[in-house]
Amino acid sequence: MNTAILEWSLTIAQIMLGIAMLLATFRMVNGPRAQDKVLGLDALYVVAMLELLLFGLRSGSSIYFEAALVIAILGFVSTVALAKFLMRGEVIE
Amino acid sequence: MSPEQDIPLWLALGVSILALLGAFLTLLGTIGLVRLQSFYQRIHAPTLGTSYGTASIVIASILFFSYVETRPVLHEVLIGIFITATTPVTLMLLGRAALYRDRAEGKDPVLPADEQADAVFPITSSRPHRQ
Amino acid sequence: MRRLFPYPLLIVAIALAWLFLAGFSLGQLLLGTAVALLAAQGLAALRPAKPRLRRWDFIPRLVGIVLLDIARSNIAVARVILSGEREKLRSGFVSIPLQLRDPVGLAVLATIVTSTPGTAWIDYSDRGGILLLHVFDLVDEDDWVELIKNRYENLLLEIFE
Repeated sequence: MNTAILEWSLTIAQIMLGIAMLLATFRMVNGPRAQDKVLGLDALYVVAMLELLLFGLRSGSSIYFEAALVIAILGFVSTVALAKFLMRGEVIE
Repeated sequence: MSPEQDIPLWLALGVSILALLGAFLTLLGTIGLVRLQSFYQRIHAPTLGTSYGTASIVIASILFFSYVETRPVLHEVLIGIFITATTPVTLMLLGRAALYRDRAEGKDPVLPADEQADAVFPITSSRPHRQ
Repeated sequence: MRRLFPYPLLIVAIALAWLFLAGFSLGQLLLGTAVALLAAQGLAALRPAKPRLRRWDFIPRLVGIVLLDIARSNIAVARVILSGEREKLRSGFVSIPLQLRDPVGLAVLATIVTSTPGTAWIDYSDRGGILLLHVFDLVDEDDWVELIKNRYENLLLEIFE
């Protein structure tokens, strides 16, 4: 019974995060400018990481946690690189 | 979670509420990301998900695994610390990059609209507006 | 001793993080400590400015204030996004002259300001010490200058300078 409560609310939470991922992807694809796209990517990886944590909660295995950590690290590095490029790219252009 | 062992009600409710709250905050952040008007407004929106959105999902995960594995499981704290430390860095870099790009195009967002003419750089103002 | 163990806090933090990730055992403790020592040597080679903390006792108060403000700001921003008041919403930039000069203090202030949903740190000029802040729901500029200066900067000045 109690497990069912948890199952259901985790499903709802995961659907909400799925919608959040779609919205972030919309901003990432539609821009309008390059900084908006990078901001969308930044939001997207954070939401994806949270989604993986919820998958971990649902399955009870900690492998998802490792994946979430890798996404967090790679996402951070890529966003910083892109933000840097937005400044430097203009200068060299 | 295995179906044969049922978890107590307080744990199910606590983890559920925390997970739902975190997901809701994150969803709100991305709704703001889509609906707000300018870039500088949008830069505020994802912070909803990275502050208390992440915090409450991380706490939910810690609670659940601490109970299931009958020992304190704290490695989710690492994700929390990591996100807290890195989000400001990316947002600051993005904010500065956006400001720099706007200024290079002669539209200084800091000045009010009627003072825009003073801010136009002679070299860059002739360049066509681009995305 | 100092040469062998620079940045003791960092060494402890890395060793603990290693133990969290790899599991608690004697072997992992040794391995984690070795990695932490190497990392600390690497950081020492970069010679970053050493932070000097004057008042440890103010840190819990700062953390409390910040957690409370983030919660309040979360609610405020969520309300604006949910309600249809986006047309009336007036966001804008605020310039704030800062007294704080300590690099670590400034980094902490930047983290606080950016973690709070309602405010974003956009630019900081080294020469005048002027911070350019973007505020999501800007009602009165002077209010925000007062808020940053009284609520955060004074505490950070006490802690770091």
